[in-house]
Amino acid sequence: MDILNALVAFLNFVVVPGLAYGAQLALGALGVTLIYGILRFSNFAHGDTMAFGTMVTILVTWWFQSMGLSFGVLPTALLALPLGILGTALFVLGTDRVVYRFYRQKKAAPVVLVMVSMGVMFVMNGVVRLIIGVEDQQFADGGRFVISAGDFKTATGLAEGLAIKSSQAITVIAAVIVVAWLFWFLQKTRTGKSMRAFSDNEDLALLSGINPDRVVAVTWIIAAALATIAGTLYGLDKSFKPFTYFQLLLPIFAAAIVGGLGSPLGAIAGGFVIAFSEVVVTYAWKKVVTYVVPESLAPDGLVQLLTTDYKFAVSFVILIIVLLVMPTGLFKGKSV
Amino acid sequence: MSRNLLLFAGVALLFVLTGVFQSWNLSLSILNMALLSAIMAMGVNMQWGYAGLFNTGIMGFTALGGLAVVLVSSRPVPEGWQAGGTGILAGLALGVVTIAAAVWASKRLPKGRKRNLIVALILVGGFVLYRAVLDPAVTAVEAFDPATFGNIGGMGLPSLIAWPVGGVLAGIAAWAIGKTALGLRSDYLAIATLGIAEIIVAVLKNEDWLTRGVKNITQLPRPWPVPLEVDLQQSDAFLGWATSLGADPVTLSTILVKLLYACLFGVVLVLIVWASERMLNSPWGRMMRAIRDNEVSAAAMGKDVTKRHLQVFIIGSAIVGLAGAMMTSMDGQLIPSSYNPLRFTFLIWVMVVVGGSGNNWGSVLGALLIGWLWLIVESLGPAVMGGITAGMSDGPIKAHLIDSAQHMRLLTLGVILLLVLRFSPRGLIPEK
Repeated sequence: MDILNALVAFLNFVVVPGLAYGAQLALGALGVTLIYGILRFSNFAHGDTMAFGTMVTILVTWWFQSMGLSFGVLPTALLALPLGILGTALFVLGTDRVVYRFYRQKKAAPVVLVMVSMGVMFVMNGVVRLIIGVEDQQFADGGRFVISAGDFKTATGLAEGLAIKSSQAITVIAAVIVVAWLFWFLQKTRTGKSMRAFSDNEDLALLSGINPDRVVAVTWIIAAALATIAGTLYGLDKSFKPFTYFQLLLPIFAAAIVGGLGSPLGAIAGGFVIAFSEVVVTYAWKKVVTYVVPESLAPDGLVQLLTTDYKFAVSFVILIIVLLVMPTGLFKGKSV
Repeated sequence: MSRNLLLFAGVALLFVLTGVFQSWNLSLSILNMALLSAIMAMGVNMQWGYAGLFNTGIMGFTALGGLAVVLVSSRPVPEGWQAGGTGILAGLALGVVTIAAAVWASKRLPKGRKRNLIVALILVGGFVLYRAVLDPAVTAVEAFDPATFGNIGGMGLPSLIAWPVGGVLAGIAAWAIGKTALGLRSDYLAIATLGIAEIIVAVLKNEDWLTRGVKNITQLPRPWPVPLEVDLQQSDAFLGWATSLGADPVTLSTILVKLLYACLFGVVLVLIVWASERMLNSPWGRMMRAIRDNEVSAAAMGKDVTKRHLQVFIIGSAIVGLAGAMMTSMDGQLIPSSYNPLRFTFLIWVMVVVGGSGNNWGSVLGALLIGWLWLIVESLGPAVMGGITAGMSDGPIKAHLIDSAQHMRLLTLGVILLLVLRFSPRGLIPEK
């Protein structure tokens, strides 16, 4: 029995990675849910918007690095982030002008918009691969760890180490700031209120004199910003690879649906539900269990429910359960 | 009609030109892939064109078809099967029973906390049992000669039998997905199918006992009546024929094999087109289109919308599974890592949309045209890019541009899809 070591191992391998991943998913799902609430379609291009935003940020980061600019212990990418957001927002506004606006004015069926977003996804995917290629890109610099496992062990004298990567700490802090700002914006500002009104009842909002073009443009800009931030944080934490970002689409959609499509609060909750389920189900519990149970009962196997290759299955199963049990999600999003 | 004939003639000309200017081998292999894509496009057209269902999991159903070929026609591994075959079957059966019991319990018991608890208990208990039975069997199977086998093997039956089996497997998967996601909002089906496709491919990649995972299964038998090139090159009759034609026997044998495949696929395609046309013009087809155009009024006329959707979803997916099986048996190997959603899901969608959703001939045309474009860019793209960059001085930018020529096709396809959706949403051959 060694509860303390078990707790540290649990924190190190489950809680910390889960928190960081959950924050990344939550930011992604917020973008999906905003687009769903206001533009009323599931944006399949969101994963590739994240990839595009991250790519712009990486390019600006390289440019800054070549000029010898750095952000001290923090990664240079954070310095490049505003320019990345700007580039992505311009690109996304461009796609809205060239592609989506036509269907919006025609009041096309949502499924047609989904298909159109698939076309946009192709184009973005192609642009990203054309510019930066398909390989893994590491662009994190600055300090690697807030606490490293070795330091933690010497400081506490425990057998288990607790490592917090700086990318994980930055992710969580950035997510908190972004989410707080977003909620302030949606609740307190005039534009935010008009966005919520537009989402609740489009006709009524139009009747009361809300400018739909402005609402749509602001939504796209916020979605682009969220996608870029989420993508950059994910890239700092792991690495940037265009295809991985495309695959993130599934957990992000699962998070948005689990929380309730159209509900920002739900998207955040959904992000953490999906992230923690993935980590808990794919983590090999052997270490933690060995500390907790008496020695004679120590497990032989890895005590792993599923291998990490099946992490998509986890988000999928949660998605299915939610669809079956409560189709509107945890926070009563829009249904049908 | 004459316009449609012209369109088909134009596409045929593309293949002939490829044959004349590049090589007939290339032209025929593109044709074979395009024919397979045409069959997949028929299945997707049935779901989207007839019924308005948005299926983004085509890759998964294709992969299930490939799995069927492995299970039915790869050579048997008796040692592997004896080591754990029954254990694996028992484990899988336990899994199915668990899910069935959970579904049954949630339907029969009164709503409330008690029901949720019981269902959760059934699922957790079932999962533990399932792993307890399955895991040792899997370890035993994978322990046998992992370098060459390590799997339970197939039944060693002819490849042609595997084709309908592929359809059946895909149909069963479609049933399970349709049961949960149909009847909800339309984009839920898109997301659910996207997920199931990823999972199916993940299973093929990781379950070594089934498909040897990333170690791939090779040397799957040819479907009747296609011979092996090597056998042809050694047969005297063939060699005599080749000399009388004055052709190189190696080239001739590869062309002959590809021609045979093309005939085989062509026959299947014609059968499916014929059946689809019959379905589309039957009362059933009219009902499907009525449901697609206005679900509410169709439901008011007493049509069971969800059930009809489920039906057409299963049939369409089964056709995709059939094409997937045909593809794997042509390749002669199953390479799970080659299944890529952009190639196997979204490309097929572009084919259907460009060709004309709702029209079977349109899907065939779209598949032949887009299939040709997709594969020809592979061989022409670098050359074109080389031409464009010829004036540039050598350096990293030029090298990067030439390297990335292959990504141009994603961009091109996306632009084509957007242009067609915007300016000609009914496609090249519109629905009648």
